[in-house]
Amino acid sequence: MDSADPPRGRLSRRAWLTTTSGVVAAGLVGTRFDAVDLSARQVPAQDPRSIPGRPPSELGSRAPGERPRRLPGPQVPSSSSRSPLHELDGIITPADLHFERHHGGVPEIRPDGYELLVHGMVDRPTVFTLSDLRRFPAVSRLAFLECSGNGNGTLRRDPSPESTPQEIDGLLSTSEWLGVPLSTLLREVGVRPTASWLLAEGGDAALLARSIPLAKGMDDALVAYGQNGEATRPEQGYPARLFLPGWEGNTNVKWLRRIEVSDRPTMTREETSRYTDPLADGTARQFSFAMDAKSIITFPSFPYALPDRGWWEVRGLAWSGRGRITRVEVSADGGRSWADARLQDPVLPKCTTRFRHLWRWNGSQAFLMSRATDETGYVQPMWDMLVGARGAGTSYHANHVRTWKVARTGEVTFAQGELA
Amino acid sequence: MRRAGLAAAGLAVLAALAACGAPDGSQERDRAEEPARTEGATPGAGATVPVEADGSWSLRLADVSEGPAWPLPAGSPERFGLGTAAGAGRIAPWDRDVRPDGTGLPPGSGRAADGERVWIAKCSACHGPTGTEGPNDRLVGREPREGFPFGAEPRAGPRTVGNYWPYATTLFDYITRAMPQNVPGSLTADETYAVIAWILARNEIVADDVVMDASTLAAVRMPAAGRFVPDDRRGGPEVR
Ligand code: HEC
Repeated sequence: MDSADPPRGRLSRRAWLTTTSGVVAAGLVGTRFDAVDLSARQVPAQDPRSIPGRPPSELGSRAPGERPRRLPGPQVPSSSSRSPLHELDGIITPADLHFERHHGGVPEIRPDGYELLVHGMVDRPTVFTLSDLRRFPAVSRLAFLECSGNGNGTLRRDPSPESTPQEIDGLLSTSEWLGVPLSTLLREVGVRPTASWLLAEGGDAALLARSIPLAKGMDDALVAYGQNGEATRPEQGYPARLFLPGWEGNTNVKWLRRIEVSDRPTMTREETSRYTDPLADGTARQFSFAMDAKSIITFPSFPYALPDRGWWEVRGLAWSGRGRITRVEVSADGGRSWADARLQDPVLPKCTTRFRHLWRWNGSQAFLMSRATDETGYVQPMWDMLVGARGAGTSYHANHVRTWKVARTGEVTFAQGELA
Repeated sequence: MRRAGLAAAGLAVLAALAACGAPDGSQERDRAEEPARTEGATPGAGATVPVEADGSWSLRLADVSEGPAWPLPAGSPERFGLGTAAGAGRIAPWDRDVRPDGTGLPPGSGRAADGERVWIAKCSACHGPTGTEGPNDRLVGREPREGFPFGAEPRAGPRTVGNYWPYATTLFDYITRAMPQNVPGSLTADETYAVIAWILARNEIVADDVVMDASTLAAVRMPAAGRFVPDDRRGGPEVR
C-alpha cells in the first residue's frame, strides 16, 4: 500500500562516513543523523573529572549525541512513522521510538472519561472504565508488533540501494505489553456459546474496526494499557488497545472503545478493500492474520560503512507470529552458503529475537543475507519463492529474505534490486 | 450491530467457550434454538471459524490454541463484578456497524442524483470530481472488466469499489466511521445512502435511478463478490 512505501534518504553519504559515534556500529561509524550536529559534538568537552556533574532530574533524556528518531512517511499528513531499527540493539523498542500507523490521526483521550463497551452475544453487556480494567488480574508479555504492509517496498524489483533498515522494515517494534487478558473480560460478561467472532473498534477519528475470531480473543489477546512498564503511549493506543500477539498490526485496534461479540465477521473496509492479499489465481486471501517468520540484518546495513576488513559482528532481528524463532542463518555470498547465527536470549514466542554472527570481511564484495526459521518449521523464503507462491502483485506480508551489499569500499547498500 | 435479525443457525461452537459459564437461562435458550456442532478447537490444530453466514466458507486458524493462554489466578471468583451494566440506551449510539446481510443499516434512503450533490460538496476535494482523480483513494473504476488480476499483475491498476470490494454494505459501515475524513461521521443516513448510490452508479453496479435504502443496499451484488478466500497459510515448510 502506498502509505507504507519507504521514504527516501536525504543526507549525503559522505556525511556518515566522517562521524565517529553510534552504539550500533561499535564506535566506528555513524549515521547520517549524526552529520546534523556534528560540529557541536566535535568541540571537546571539559574533562568530566574536573567539575561535579549535574544533579538528578525528574525525567531522563538521551545523551546529546544519541539521536535516534522515528521516520514519518513522506505524504502530508503522514499516517505512519518507522522505528530506527539500525540505531537500536537488543529487542526492546523504546516507547518513544515505537512505529506508528493510524488511519485517523492520534486522538487525545482523557483517561477519566475512557470507557470500553463489551456487548453483543453476551449475557451481561458491560462498560469498563480504565480503573476497572486495571483492577482485573494483569499479565504482561514481550511481543513484537508489525504492520502487515511492512517491507512491501522491497517487493518491487528496484528498491533504492540507499534504503535503511528503518525505511525497509521500520513498521516493526517490540514492547512489554501489560494488560488484562481479553479472555478474562469475556468471562466476566458471559459469552454466548454460539458466538464465534468479535468486532473490535477504536475510538479514533476513523473508528477503525476489525473482525477478530473469538478463538483468538479466548487465547492470548490482551487489552493492553501498559507498554514497557508505563502507560501505553497515545500513538500506541492510550488509554488501552487490543494486542493480538503475532497478528498483523492493523488488527491490534488502538484506542479500543468497543468489543461486540457476534457470530460472523462485519466485513469492514480494513478486512476487504485493504489488508487482503490477492493471489495469482484470481482470488484474494482474506483474514490473513498471522505474521510469518522474517528477519533483517540491522548491521551492517545502509547507511553504515565498514572502515576496515577483519572481524565484524553481523547483527539483526528475527521474529515469527507463529511462535519461537528456532534458527537464523546468515550468508555472506548471496545465499550460496549459510552459517548458523547465534540466537541471543531471551528467545520468546511471537517476539523479536536478536541474532549475532561473527564474520570476517576479507575486503571483497559481499552479499549479506539472513534467513529465519520458526518452530513450525517455516523457513523465511527468498523473494522469488514468495512471489512465485502468491503472484507478482502481492503486497502485504512481504517477509522474504533481505540482502545487503558490502562494496569493496566498505559502503553498504540495500541489494534487493541488484540480486533480483 | 443490533442483534435483531441475526439468525445464528448451524454455526460452529468453539469448545473454548464452554469455560465461559452460563449463569442465567439465556444460553440454554440459544442452545435449544440453535443446535450447534462442536469442531475445530483441538489444541495445535487451531480453531475453525465460520465466515459466511450460510457456512459456505470458514477460516482455519493454525496459530490459535484453545485458550486462555493465561489462566486466571487460583481462587479467582466466578465474576469479579467490575464494570457497569450497559443498557440499550448506552449501547445504541456506539453500535452502528453494518454487516453484509444489511443488519445495522438505519432507516433512510437516497438516489444518485442527490448523492452527486453530496459528493461534490463533501468528497470530491479529496477523491476527485468523478471519483477517479484523487488525490486520495480512487473509488470509481471497473477496469479491468475481465478477471481479477491484482495478484498476478503488479500493475493491475488501482483497486476500486467497482473492481475490488466484495460487499456494498462496507461502504455504509466505512463512510459512517471515517468519511469525510476531515469531518468523519458527519453525513446523515439519507446523505450516506445517496452518496453510496452515486458511487455504485458511477461504478456501473446499480442504475442511476435506484433508490438506495437498507434493503436495496444489502441486495447489491458486487463484481468482486466471491473472489475472497480464507487464509491458507499454516506455518510449516510450505511457503504460501
Ligand atoms: C479530507 C479528505 C477526504 C475527504 C473530504 C473524503 N475522503 Fe474519503 N478518503 C480519504 C482518505 C485519505 C482515504 C484513505 C484512508 C485510509 O486509508 O485510512 C479515504 C478513503 C475513502 C474510502 C475507502 C477507499 C478504499 O478503496 O478503501 C471511501 C469509500 C471514501 N473515502 C469515501 C468518501 C466519501 C463518500 C466522502 C464524502 C462524504 C469522502 N470519502 C470524503 C480522504 C477524504
